[in-house]
Formats: sequence, C-alpha cells, structure tokens
Amino acid sequence: MVINLENVYKIYKMGDTAVHALDDVSLKIDEGEFVAIVGPSGSGKSTLMNILGCLDTPTKGKYEFEGRDVSRLNDNELAAIRNRRIGFVFQNFNLLPKLTALENVELPLMYAGKSAAFRRKRAREMLEAVGLGERLHHKPKELSGGQQQRVAIARALAADPPVILGDEPTGNLDTKSGREIMEIMKTLNKNGKTIILITHDLNIAKQAQRNVHIQDGKIVKDEKVVG
Amino acid sequence: MDILQTIKLAFRGIIDNKLRSFLTMLGIIIGVTSVIGLVSIGQGTTAKVTEQIQSMGANLLTVNIMGRGANTTLSYEQAMEFLKSPYISGVAPIISDSVTVEHGNENEENVQLQGTNEYLPAVRNYSVSSGRFFISQDVDMRRKVAVLGSGIASNLFGFVDPIGQTVKIKGYNFKVIGVMKSSSSMMGSTDEQVFIPITVAERILQSRGVRTIYIQAAGKEAVSSAKTEISTKLDKIYRVKSEDENYAYRIFDQSEMLDTINETSKTMTMMLGGIAAISLLVGGIGIMNIMLVSVTERTREIGIRKALGARKIDILNQFLIESLVLSGIGGVIGVAVGYLLSWGLGKAFSMSTKTTLPVVLIAFGFSIIVGVFFGIYPANKAGNLKPIDALRYE
Ligand SMILES: Nc1ncnc2c1ncn2[C@@H]1O[C@H](COP(=O)(O)OP(=O)(O)OP(=O)(O)O)[C@@H](O)[C@H]1O
Ligand SMILES: [Mg+2]
Repeated sequence: MVINLENVYKIYKMGDTAVHALDDVSLKIDEGEFVAIVGPSGSGKSTLMNILGCLDTPTKGKYEFEGRDVSRLNDNELAAIRNRRIGFVFQNFNLLPKLTALENVELPLMYAGKSAAFRRKRAREMLEAVGLGERLHHKPKELSGGQQQRVAIARALAADPPVILGDEPTGNLDTKSGREIMEIMKTLNKNGKTIILITHDLNIAKQAQRNVHIQDGKIVKDEKVVG
Repeated sequence: MDILQTIKLAFRGIIDNKLRSFLTMLGIIIGVTSVIGLVSIGQGTTAKVTEQIQSMGANLLTVNIMGRGANTTLSYEQAMEFLKSPYISGVAPIISDSVTVEHGNENEENVQLQGTNEYLPAVRNYSVSSGRFFISQDVDMRRKVAVLGSGIASNLFGFVDPIGQTVKIKGYNFKVIGVMKSSSSMMGSTDEQVFIPITVAERILQSRGVRTIYIQAAGKEAVSSAKTEISTKLDKIYRVKSEDENYAYRIFDQSEMLDTINETSKTMTMMLGGIAAISLLVGGIGIMNIMLVSVTERTREIGIRKALGARKIDILNQFLIESLVLSGIGGVIGVAVGYLLSWGLGKAFSMSTKTTLPVVLIAFGFSIIVGVFFGIYPANKAGNLKPIDALRYE
C-alpha cells in the first residue's frame, strides 16, 4: 500500500470559526492505481493532495506513506520523500521562470545529489519523452501552456518517483493539450506509476480506474470506473 | 546540492538585477575601498617616516654634551674612549662652528664647519658623490683636507671639478678631497656643510671640546647596553648622581624614537581602518535588507524548490551563497578601486601610500564575513519556510 489515511482532519481556525477542510477522511491507495479525486470547489481536494504529497501535515489523524508514519519523519526525511518518491504536477505548472526547461527538469536531480553530467542527460531524455526535445533551452514564458505542463511532467518524472500527484494538471489547458497530458499520464500508469489526480472534469475522471468523490471535507463516494 | 550550480545561479540573479545588485554592493565597495585607501595612507606614512629615521644611520645614538660648571665639553680623546666598548662600533665626535669658505673670488658665508673623524660616514649613513671622505691618517696627521657639501661645491665651483682644488677657511688653505652626496633627512642636510678632520678643527677654531657625538651601536641588540655604558662613563665625568639631576648630557636613541613613531602611527592606522570598517558594516546591513526583500519576492520559488525535494539546508545555502557572491563581488571591486585610489592619491598628491597584501586580505575577508553574517538571517528565514505556505504565497 502506497497511501494509507486513517481518520484525517485538517482544520483551519479563522477567528472563532473553524473550517474543516478535511473531516475524518480515510483513504487507501495501492501501488499502480490511477485515482481521480473529484468534488466541487472548496471541498478540500487540494488540502488532501497537499497532505498526500507531504507538503502539509494533518491537524489530526494518521498518514502512512509507503508504510512510514509521516508524522514521525523529520524535515529532511520529508524532503527526501518529496524528492525521490513523489512527483508533483500543479495546475499552474510552477516552473521557475528564470530557468530554462532543461534546468527546471534538472532541479529534483540536483537536490538528489546527482552529478551535473547525469542531470543534463536525464533531463534531456525526460524532455524528449514528453515531446519537447526541440525546446530544451526555452524559458517557461517562451512555451505554451501545454508545453509548460509537459516540462512540469518531465520534471516530476526526472527522479523516477513511483507516485505522481497532479492537482488539476489539465485545469489551465485547452481540451487538446489536456488530452495529451492525460495520454502521458495513462502511459505512465501502464508503466507502473501510481497516479493520483484532482479534477473538476468528469471526462477526465472517467479515464482513471477509480474515482474518489469529496464534498465538504468528507469522502462521499469511492467507486471503480467501469469500461 | 550543487554549489557550483548555485553560484552560477547567484551570478545570473545579480546580472538580471544589475542596478539593484550594484546599489547593494555599493556599501561593501565603499567600505572595502576606504579600508584599503585609508590604511594604505597610514602604512605609507609610517614606512616613509621609518625610512627617514633609518636613513640617519643604523642604530644611531646622538649624545649632546651640555656639561656641568666650567666643564662644558668633552675632549676628543675622552669621546674616543667609547670606542673601546664592545657594544659600540663607531664614534664620530663633532666640533662645529659657522665659518666663511672662500675659493678664488667666490665665497660662502655661514657655512657649518664640521670637524669630525673617519667614522662619520658609517655612523650617519653618509656617502661621497666624488673623491673620498677623510681617513684616520688625515685625522691623526692633522691634514688640511676638506670634504664639501654638494650645495657648497656647486656654489663655489660651478661645473668645475672641485677635487684637488683649494678652499680657504679662517685663513688656512684646505685641499678638497671629496664632495658629499646630496642628502636630506629629518635631522638636516649635509649640503651646506664642510667637513674637516676634527684635529684640525680643534686648532683653527681654538676649541678643545666636542658638544655632539654620534655613536653607532654594534647592532640592534647592543643599543641599550651601549647607552648604559655611555651614561655610566658620562655620569662619572660629570659626577651626575641620579637620572633626574642630569643636566650635563642627553642621549637620543634613534630606535626609541622609531618605536614611538611606529606605535603612534599603528594606532592611527587602526583608527582609520576602524572608521572605514564601520562603512563595511553599513554595507552589510544593505545586503541584509536586499536579501530579506529577495526572500519575500521569491517565497513561491522557495515553495517550488521545497516541493521538489530541497531541504532546509539547500535553501539556506542558496541564499547564503547569493549574499556571499554579492559581498564577494563587492569586495573584489572594492579591492580594485581601493588599490587604484591609494595609487592615485600617491601620484596626485605625492603622498606615500603602501597597500600591503594583509590589508587587502583583511578588507576582502571582512567583506566576506559581512556577507555571511548579514546573509544568515534572511537565508535562515528562507530555509525555515513551510513548503505549503511558501507554495500558496501570492
Ligand atoms: N490556508 C487556509 N486557511 C484557511 N482556510 C483554508 C486554507 N486553505 C484552504 N482553506 C479552506 O479549506 C477548504 C478547502 O480548500 P481546498 O483548497 O482544499 O479546496 P479545493 O477542493 O481544492 O477547491 P478548488 O477546486 O477550488 O481548488 C476551503 O473552504 C478553503 O477556504
Ligand atoms: Mg484546489
């Protein structure tokens, strides 16, 4: 089991009112699954994803990633998990604007302590794999949205993590680019990666194997996609 | 984490923000420049004064005899007794008077006639530009020979070679055997002086005593022993009972003077450097200010880096290296400008400046330390940001 959430709460205190962004969430995800998390805006999807990605910590409850209790890990161990076990793809790409595509893809490898030569080679391969072999030295602003998201995917894959997390990776893209990104995701899943995506788009959710519906911080439905 | 890559990125960041980086570095540049400039001036002055004092002769002791009662001078023979001391390598007593020196129709009034012996050139670090100084036989045999100061020589002889010519002093003819090399030090110049053997001077000036003796100690370590020995002898001659009651003679110790001057100028240099260091500090605060702004501006970048696996130390290093690169470049420019400044001051105002490697290293090192010190707080702040807070930052 890659992910095991047990009775997790995330509560934001705003003055006297408390917002239950996650309200007693339990969720198990196995290796090789392709899960879509769906739900209306403000239902707690991003909050959940940030906890899954070890970017944030639950207020209450237990989270085990690959069998390790995350609350027991120190900052460096969490950084190592984010670096080597998880690849992030964000809705707004989150590329570093001053770096070229190649340098952006190299970043996780740099923090993994890989040599410059290895980084360069690996980053080039990753960009070629997402069809950007011709755009290695472009800065993000010189790329289209779809191309930027493909750079972000190449970056997420660079350190070869077993889990890919996407917070609405197709949210800012047109239908065609979105479809291309989903094709890449499906291929990755076929090659054994565990993929967890947030989406509004039911057409996209249908392409996953499993849909987790979330509403007001609670999981209201967890279903296998048939077809 | 790749240090080289980080340094490269830091440089790129500096180039991307040229004006801001320059203004940030300006504080450090001015600081380093003024440290180097001011300390160079201080050290240059010290070196010049030291050189001047040393040019008066190495390990020189100057004894002035005031005497006591009727006994106001010391005889030449008494003075030469000092030479027996193992701590003393040269004794040059002086009998002097103001005289008129004539040659043909030319004459020079108010010339300092110095009756002395063959030790003088060594003791006072003098040398002749032509001919020779007198030797012990000239003194012993009371030869009427004269060595002219360079000013006197050119006034009396113009372009004619004075060596072998005759000058008239107090009605006696002296054969010119040498001309002194032009010299000037803090203790006066030989240019307007004429030197003759002291034995001859005693006779023509009808003065049987010396009032000034230049004594050279046998070495740096011998100076104080020589001084003690001279005091003991003179105390006996003039029956001086205690140091406080000594009005009979004075001994000036060149090395003592040197120490005092060195001490003073060292303090001066330190003070100048200290004042300049304050501007380095101000430069450091400028760096801290800009680094704090930079951390805030780049909160999102920090979040992204953390999401990709950057540890606290990686982020901390990144900002520290940027601060270091800023202050380092500022330091390098400061060293260059400071070097040029002290060189330019030396040229333009014929000041003596001396830029030594230690000063350059200290000033540069200080700028690096400033970079680290004032970079730590912003860098630590960046490193401690929580990934999710940094990522959400708008
Ligand atoms: N830092 C925060 N402080 C206070 N409340 C927060 C914070 N982050 C999220 N929330 C609240 O938690 C709830 C869930 O937010 P979340 O971002 O997880 O929603 P979401 O499902 O991702 O919505 P969307 O589809 O619009 O992205 C919202 O009501 C939001 O207002
Ligand atoms: Mg969201």
